[in-house]
Amino acid sequence: MSVLDSRFASFFKGFLVTGKQPAKPKVTVQYPEQKRAKPERLHGRHVLNRYEDGMEKCIGCELCAGVCPARCIYVRGADNPPDAPISPGERYGFVYEINFLRCIHCDLCVEACPTEAITESKLFEFSFTNRSDAIYTKAELVVDDAGKPKALPWEDWKPGDDTNTSAWVRATAPSGRSDLEGVPLWSGELGYGVRPPQAGQSDSAAADFPADFDISVREVGAAELKGVGVSTVRPVRRPGPASQRGPKRGPQGGQR
Amino acid sequence: MIIAATNIGDPVFAKGLGLVVWAIVLVKLLAVFALLMGSVVFMIMFERKVIARLGNRWGPNRAGPNGWLQAVADGTKLIFKETLYLAEGDRFVYLLAPLISVVPAFVAFSIVPLGGTITIGGHTTRLQLADPPWGILVMLLASSIGVYGVMLAGWSSGSKYSLIGSVRAGAQMISYEAALGLSVATVVILSGSLHTGAIVAAQHGGFLYHWNILRSYGVPAAIFFIAATAEMTRPPFDLVEAEEELAGGFNLEYSAVGFMMFYLAEYMAVITNSAIFVTLFLGGPDGPRIAGNSIGPFWFTVKILVLLYIYVWIRATLPRLRYDQLMNFGWKQLIPASLALLLIVAAGRISWRWGLAALSGSILAFTFLARAIEVGEAQGPDGGMLSELEAP
Repeated sequence: MSVLDSRFASFFKGFLVTGKQPAKPKVTVQYPEQKRAKPERLHGRHVLNRYEDGMEKCIGCELCAGVCPARCIYVRGADNPPDAPISPGERYGFVYEINFLRCIHCDLCVEACPTEAITESKLFEFSFTNRSDAIYTKAELVVDDAGKPKALPWEDWKPGDDTNTSAWVRATAPSGRSDLEGVPLWSGELGYGVRPPQAGQSDSAAADFPADFDISVREVGAAELKGVGVSTVRPVRRPGPASQRGPKRGPQGGQR
Repeated sequence: MIIAATNIGDPVFAKGLGLVVWAIVLVKLLAVFALLMGSVVFMIMFERKVIARLGNRWGPNRAGPNGWLQAVADGTKLIFKETLYLAEGDRFVYLLAPLISVVPAFVAFSIVPLGGTITIGGHTTRLQLADPPWGILVMLLASSIGVYGVMLAGWSSGSKYSLIGSVRAGAQMISYEAALGLSVATVVILSGSLHTGAIVAAQHGGFLYHWNILRSYGVPAAIFFIAATAEMTRPPFDLVEAEEELAGGFNLEYSAVGFMMFYLAEYMAVITNSAIFVTLFLGGPDGPRIAGNSIGPFWFTVKILVLLYIYVWIRATLPRLRYDQLMNFGWKQLIPASLALLLIVAAGRISWRWGLAALSGSILAFTFLARAIEVGEAQGPDGGMLSELEAP
């Protein structure tokens, strides 16, 4: 055992460890001025998305409210007015409230949503000064006509926080089918269209859909929209083996 | 001693107690108070900034220029907070205890010679607040009184946890007081005087090699440093206020101004103890002259800053001791070592033969002591009493 390994010497070696630190670059990030890049799938403030034609995606099914562990979501659905429907299909969410004083940003509502209506942006720096501001209603949550989230005065939006509000992948496979693991199945969005697959995802157009894959919600939605004269819905794919589905399309899809 | 006899007493009192003398003393008092308060604020910021850099961080850098007003901001906040009392507590003692902690830290600083003299209106005075011939005893007195502040704070809070914390703190402070006193006694024997001015004067005459730290073979200085750290309940001996594992200490129930006073007392004690360490072991304001001028206060400040940095460095590096480690270290290692060095230095003052005899006697005694401790620990924490009782 050398002298440097003795108990006495190692006592002083500890001082060298701390003594060397001032010369090293600091780990501190000067927060309000410098900000770290946010992870791509950060769970931030929610947005309620709309289809490319401006229809709201929310159908008022209350699954998000049911799954919410913090009980911070309040949803009430209502029948769509036949002459001016809010969403494709029968029902729409006519009350949608999130209490951000209770929300823990667990993303379970996003997992539960059957229509990808609720997703989370990357904004987490918002501080309200009274309790009523903390309760976001449809007026704050639904994206505007350009597909952008509404920036409220107390929110600190940075470039990039809102560009990928649905840049998410379910932890569970779509419709709970494990054979659809890694396949993005989101519908098009107002202002953005159908988003290209992310790293690690396969192109949904090239994916093999199981024969019994149920996309009835979108079919119904598309049918309803056709009925009211709206044509720019994402085309609904017929389920079937990939070999029968013709040539591979691009990620944006194409009109059939 | 001759040096001591000629130098005792501040020359300002030589012409009697006139009004000007009173004014000078009052101004000195206020100046030392302001200096100490200012250095406490500096020490808090110095510690927070240095410990941050030793931990690879920046530390506070928002309040004021580069964050140097953070301590002022914290103090202002604490002043305006509400003082809370527990119904079970003793209100009067509860308010008195922080004062008992703060005042001794001030008092101990008053005996430290800062070096040199100044002349105001024909009156020459030392840069030192009080100059009693028994100087260094004031420091021992002050550190003993400080224990009362801690004990009374824990008792008067009316909380069991505070009381347990204060008993823990009191036991620690009293234990290390013995080693502290013995190492001070070594210096007193070397200098031949209790007078701080004489202790400093005895170390003059050579940079470093004539200082007490080398004249007493380094050991009393190390023991004083360690014991003073434990006395101030600074890391690694800060289990008095171990927030993480012991739910705080004697100041658990204190808030606002009371808490701030304990905080101030702690940092004031760091500066005071550094100043006394410099006086006792590092030659006080002794140092090389620059362009023929004695710049005592400058060297004094430099030495204190180095000590403060070492205190912070220790805090950044060493983990907290366990209570039994603390007690074992104090009673079984520090006190015997300081006692042995006291004997060796005292015998060395007579002749080198006596010194050698004391040294060999100490080594012999240490061997027996180490063996006794070893045997005692082999018998278990109860000294073998329980196993004897259980034997048929």
